[in-house]
Formats: sequence, C-alpha cells, structure tokens
Amino acid sequence: MMIETATTSAPYTHSAASVQKTMTTVILALVPATAFNLYLFGWPAVFLFAVTVGACAAMEGLALLISGRRLMPTLGDGSAVLTGWLLAMTLPPWAPWWTGVLGAVFAILLGKQIFGGLGQNLFNPAMVARVALLVSFPVAMTSWVAPHPLFWTGTPGFLDALAITFGGQIPDGYSAATALGLVKTGLSMGQTVSQSVGQLPDLMDMGLGLRAGSLGETSALLILGGGLFLIWKKVITWHVPAAMLGTLFVAATLGHLANPERFTDGAFQILSGAAFLGAFFIATDYVTSPVSKTGQLIFGFGVGLLTWIIRSFAGYPEGVAFAVLLMNSLTPIIDQYTRPRRFGRTRRGEPLAPQGDK
Amino acid sequence: MKLFAIRGGIHPEYRKELASDKAITALPMPQRLRILLHQHIGAPARLLVAAGERVLKGQMIAQGQGPVSAPAHAPTSGYIESVSEVTAPHASGLSQTAVVLVPDGKEEWAPLPTPLADPLTAEPQAIRDLVAQAGIVGMGGAAFPSVVKLHLGTQRKLEMLVLNGAECEPYLTCDDRVMREHPDEVIDGARIMAHALGAPLVIIGIEDNKPEALEAMTREAAAFPEVQVRPVPVQYPMGSERHLVQALTGRETPAAKLTADIGAVVHNVATAQAIHHAVRFGRPLIERVVTVSGRAVREPRNILAPIGAPVTALIDFCGGLVGVPARLVQGGPMMGQPLPSLDVPVIKGTSGILALNAEETGEAEPGPCIRCGTCVAICPCGLVPLEMAAFIRTDNLDGANNLGVTECLSCGSCSWACPSHIPLVQYFNYAKGMLKTKERDRAKHERTKTLTEAHRDRLERAAAAKAAAAAAKATTKGTPPAARQPRAEEPAEA
Repeated sequence: MMIETATTSAPYTHSAASVQKTMTTVILALVPATAFNLYLFGWPAVFLFAVTVGACAAMEGLALLISGRRLMPTLGDGSAVLTGWLLAMTLPPWAPWWTGVLGAVFAILLGKQIFGGLGQNLFNPAMVARVALLVSFPVAMTSWVAPHPLFWTGTPGFLDALAITFGGQIPDGYSAATALGLVKTGLSMGQTVSQSVGQLPDLMDMGLGLRAGSLGETSALLILGGGLFLIWKKVITWHVPAAMLGTLFVAATLGHLANPERFTDGAFQILSGAAFLGAFFIATDYVTSPVSKTGQLIFGFGVGLLTWIIRSFAGYPEGVAFAVLLMNSLTPIIDQYTRPRRFGRTRRGEPLAPQGDK
Repeated sequence: MKLFAIRGGIHPEYRKELASDKAITALPMPQRLRILLHQHIGAPARLLVAAGERVLKGQMIAQGQGPVSAPAHAPTSGYIESVSEVTAPHASGLSQTAVVLVPDGKEEWAPLPTPLADPLTAEPQAIRDLVAQAGIVGMGGAAFPSVVKLHLGTQRKLEMLVLNGAECEPYLTCDDRVMREHPDEVIDGARIMAHALGAPLVIIGIEDNKPEALEAMTREAAAFPEVQVRPVPVQYPMGSERHLVQALTGRETPAAKLTADIGAVVHNVATAQAIHHAVRFGRPLIERVVTVSGRAVREPRNILAPIGAPVTALIDFCGGLVGVPARLVQGGPMMGQPLPSLDVPVIKGTSGILALNAEETGEAEPGPCIRCGTCVAICPCGLVPLEMAAFIRTDNLDGANNLGVTECLSCGSCSWACPSHIPLVQYFNYAKGMLKTKERDRAKHERTKTLTEAHRDRLERAAAAKAAAAAAKATTKGTPPAARQPRAEEPAEA
C-alpha cells in the first residue's frame, strides 16, 4: 500500500489550535463588552457596528478578488471581522455610517492588505483606521454622546437612529464629553483637574462603563472579564496588559502626586478612554506586537508610558491609538533584541562554560 | 529529589493508552526477513554471506567497518535467498542492500561469543567488545552505535549514566513495556554500562505518566544503592538527552558539546536490555520491541519482532488496518520518519510503526504566520522558529544559521503548536541539509585547493631540483659563476 500524501517532516500530529479558533475566541471575549455598549448607546451604535464589521469583511473580500486569491479560507479566518469589530469599538457610538466604511478602507486595504494580508502588516489595522479618521475628520470623530440605553425614554427609536447614523445629524441635547476630553478642555480653559473631575461620573460608574466614550470601550469591568477569559484560554498572556496598565497607572500616580491640579490620578487614567480595551485587545494583537515575553513587557511598558504622555501633554485627550502605533513601529527592533537565550549558550550567544555555569 | 525546569515544550495528546496495556507478544516468524546492511548511523556493514548459504541464529552476516558502524546478525536460522535491494524505511523510499533470509524454523543457534561471568568487575574493554560484536545501536530511534558512546568514559571523568526511560513520544509504549516486564534486565544492563563508562551513579528518568514502569523499576533498583529511579514531568521533549540531563541534574550542556562533557552519558532503556543480553549471554541484537499503534490499526500491540521482519507482517499481526491511514510513520508522531509504504523491514531503530487516520494527524493547509509567538515560547532550544522560517522561505540560509537553525533538535514542538499549520520543521530540516551540503562543498573545495597547491609546489620543487642538478653539473664543467648563481638559490627557497 502506498501513501499518496506529500512527504513533509514530522510531526504527524497537531494541536487543536487554528487561526480561526483564535480569532473566534477573541471575538467571543469581546461580546459582553460590546453587547453592553450597544445596549448603552442604542440603535445608532448597532447600525454603526454592523456597517463597520460588514465593510471590513467586504474590503477583505475585495482585496482578495483584486489580488486574484481565493476568498476561502482567508475570509473565513475571522481576522477581518475582528479588525472591523475592534475598529467599531473605538468609534464614537453615534458617528455617521461613512466613518465605518472609510475606516474599513483604511484598516483593511491600507492597513493590512497593502502589506500582503494577514500577518504581514507592521501597524495595527484598527488603530491605523482610527487615527486616520481622527486626523481627517476630527469633528465626526469627537462627537460623543451620554449613555442612552435602548428602549429608555428619551432614547432615539429605530427610525430616529437611522437618521442619526445614515443622516449624519446628532440631535441637540444628546452630546456629552468624554472624561479625558472634559479634563483636557478644562485644563485649556484654566480649570484644575479636580474641578473637571468633579463634573464626571464617579470611578465606580466609570469602571462599570456608565460614561460617554467610544462604542465599545466604556466598561472596563466587562473588558477585563473578556481579557481574563483570553488569558484563561491562553490566547494572550498577562505580559502586555499588565505592563501597559501598570505603567499607565504608575506614571499617572507619580504625575498626580507631583501636581494633582495638573494631572489626573492613576485610577482615573486606567478607567477612562481606551486603556482597558487597548491593554487587553489592541496592544495584544499578535501580528503587530513582539513575540517574546520580554519583548511584550517592553512593548506594554512603552504603550502605557506613551499613552500617559500623549494624554497629558499632547493636543489629543486620548492617546492609546497613537501609543500603540508608535510602539508597533518598534516591534521589529524589540524582537531583535529580546530573542530568548539559546540552549547551551549565554545571552550573548557564546557557548556556556562546561558544568552548566550560567 | 529535586528536579529542574526545562524550557518550553508541549503537551500533545499522548494516546499511549492504545497500546500501553498490551503485553509484549512475539511475532510469529515471517516467511522472509530482509536485514538491511545499514541500519545505524555511520558506515554500512560489510556483507559476510552469500546467496544460498545456510546461516544460524545469531550468526554475524555483515561486519561493521570503521570506527562508527555496527554488524548485523541473522535473527533466526535459515537460508540466504538473495542479497538484493529493498525499499528502506525512510522518507525517500530509496532502496538499500539487504540480506534476504528464509527462516527454516529450526531456530538453531550459532556459537556465540563467550559472555562475561562477572561483567561488573570485568575490564571495560571486554564489555565494549561484546557490545560491538552484538551490533547494538541506540534503540530509542537514533540508532547510533552504542559502543561508541560506551567509549566516552575513556577520555573523561563521568559522574553518571542517565538511562532514558522518558519515552516522551506519543503512542510509543515499547520502552514502557520493557521496563514493566523486564526491569531486572534493564537495570542489570544499566549497571554494566555504568561500569564500562566508569560512572559511579545510574539515574533512570521516567516520565510520570508511566506509574507501572516507575514502580517496577523502583522495586528492582532498591537492591542497588548506586541506581536511582526518578520520575520526570510529562513534558515533550523530555526524552531529548540534553533536556533529560538538565531536568535531572540542572546542568545545561554547552553548545557544540556532549552531555558527556558535563559528566553524563545517556542511553535508552531498551539499549540497556540489549546490552544485558549481549554481555551476560553473548546474544546479538536480533530482535526488538516495536509498538504498532494508531487509530488506523485494528488492534494496537507491542510486538517483539525479529530485525528484518516486514512491517506488513506486524500490521497483519495487529489485525490489519482500519480504512486508509492518512500517515504511516516509523517511530513516534513527533519525530518519526514518514513511511512511503508498509513494504519495508523492521530495523534496529524501529521503536514504533504508526498508522494514523486524518483526525489524529490533524493536518491542514498551511496559512500565513500571525506572529502569535507560540513557537518562540515553546522552543526547548530557545530558538525563534518564526524568524528562522521567514529567512529560509527567502533562501537566506545564512540568516537562519545566525539564528541557530543548526541547533534545532527537530523535536517538532513548533510545528505541532503552530495555529497556521506552518511546517516549520520541514523548513529547518531543509536548511540544515543545505547548510551541511554547503559546508561539505566548502571543505571539499578547500581540500582540492590544498591538493592543487601541493601538487604545484611539488612540480616546482622537482623542476628546481632538476635545474640545480644541471647547474651543478655545469659548474663542474666551468660555467661562469654569474650564470648559475640565481638557479642555485631556488631549491633552498622551495
């Protein structure tokens, strides 16, 4: 009897891991936070979410067609859906539909497929799209609303929501500032941090997610739950989230101790903006972060520190997206300097001295 | 007793339960045995018999040649039908020279070498001679002539013999069964080896998924204070000798050195049993235990098979195949050889024959690398598989070499874990082969150059000597000094 399969080296057994499973697990981990926020921000958020995810999948398909590749299995690996999902989570919940479509063009075509598709891109596609949109359309990208849960009085109905998402008009009386935005604006108008923070929901509400913010970022608690699920499922490890949140917390705490009227405190910083979403779901992106654990610690540290610096000193109130992109560009060099120690060799690559002295 | 951590590794599905409870059963003698002349690492053996000859059980039919080689023996008495080319149990499917033996059923033994009455006080050389004559090779699968490794104590002071009973490959249970059923022989063989090596200590490392083997070996070792049986954690590739030594002693073998350089020599448990037979009874290595398993095998078993038995006979003895297997493998699924067909003989290194169905192999089309870093985290050698593969894909072999591809064990952990099913080990084996070829070519080129230069020098010297002789002749005839001066200096230069 002859075996017809191509001859490749062992192993002839394989773990159950697959790219599709990984992507599906990440999406599953995002479901609670997403569902909560879709409820919190109502129909306009649901529409924008659907448009963004759909557009990303469509762009992926388009790119595959243009480049003459098969639609499957690439389209089925779930990576484009995940990119769309993450991008949608970082958009203002009542942003117009075209931000989602344009975002998909930035994320999938320019952020990913131009580089050769999955695994080839240097920058996190969702963050490329978010930053490109933010820089190009600052008004649409900074029009925030206070929570308006589905089916509550005063919440836009289905048809009103269609007008918001596809008509592009947010009715008066709905808009609200994000916590980081309020503090930034306050500082520019000569208000101290404590004056601004006084107007914001308390930390408990911020942690639960009852605040203005991007479509999927507000509930630190649910995102933390999703993140812990990913750690439990061994999709990610603690290194990037812990390093990033830890650094952000410590930097903010030190700043706050030095000048409490100029800098918000650590808890405020990690509970606001996209800190949790970024730490567990964006900075942990396999493709654009370092592969070794040491590298991941450095990467997380860098994202945390840059986030704080950008939030505290730059023109934008939010810094996670910029920080992630900046650290993405350092990933290759971090990888190069954080290779593991080879068996039987010192860190510098020399053979060990006999008797196993290290 | 303290154990030490080893880096990385994986926990594949072991599926040892398919065969672990099946006692070793002898294969009924097949109608033909095909004994390959080259079953080991090193030079092939030289044929000692011819077609038509009758041979006796245990008779040497091919002799080892050179420092690294091993002889082959007749596993039973019978007639040499022919010496012919047969398909080798190797991925290439190429053929090799084999002695085709038709058993006569008489099991008539040849005169055997005189065993040692008390090997534990004998001269180490006497033990090594018996091991060499018995044609024993590493039975864990590597098939490296054991006698070469028993010489390691002659140049170094060794502290211990580590007996490898880890059997970390999934499916394989042959070492497990040998330890359960013949712990006395294994431990005796180990003590003989330790004596030959001059090592005062024997540590037997067994993965703790083999409680019966651990129990049997511990019981048997109790009488010998110098023999320790130690459970090691289930962590593939624990059976890699460098990693096993590290787990047991905490010592890390330096790059480009042997475990012997840090005081430990590693041998497989089945090899120890073979050495017991060779030294106590003069018996050569003519049979071995083979695990025949996989879900495409009707009734997996541990079979005591004569060397040269057709793999088809082993499969038949297990009730045949269920459906068409996706893969046939010799050895374990992690590091085994793919078999192009079942029409190959059992060799000394055949630890297992696996027939795996598609569900077990879990093969899938390779996808793009998503840089998940799993391969980096689990590589037991501390390499960066994804980067090496990226270099090799663009044929940048020097790049891969700088990252240490030649230090890859080919343990398969990275390929196993890769969510994109990238055949990383295939890349690394390719690179290792190419680098070796390049190195050989370079050495050959170097040698050719040296020879050419030497040849030219020789010619020049000869010419100069001739000229000098002519000049000397001329001087005696009274040639003017000016004409002969430069020539006279030439020979001195050369």
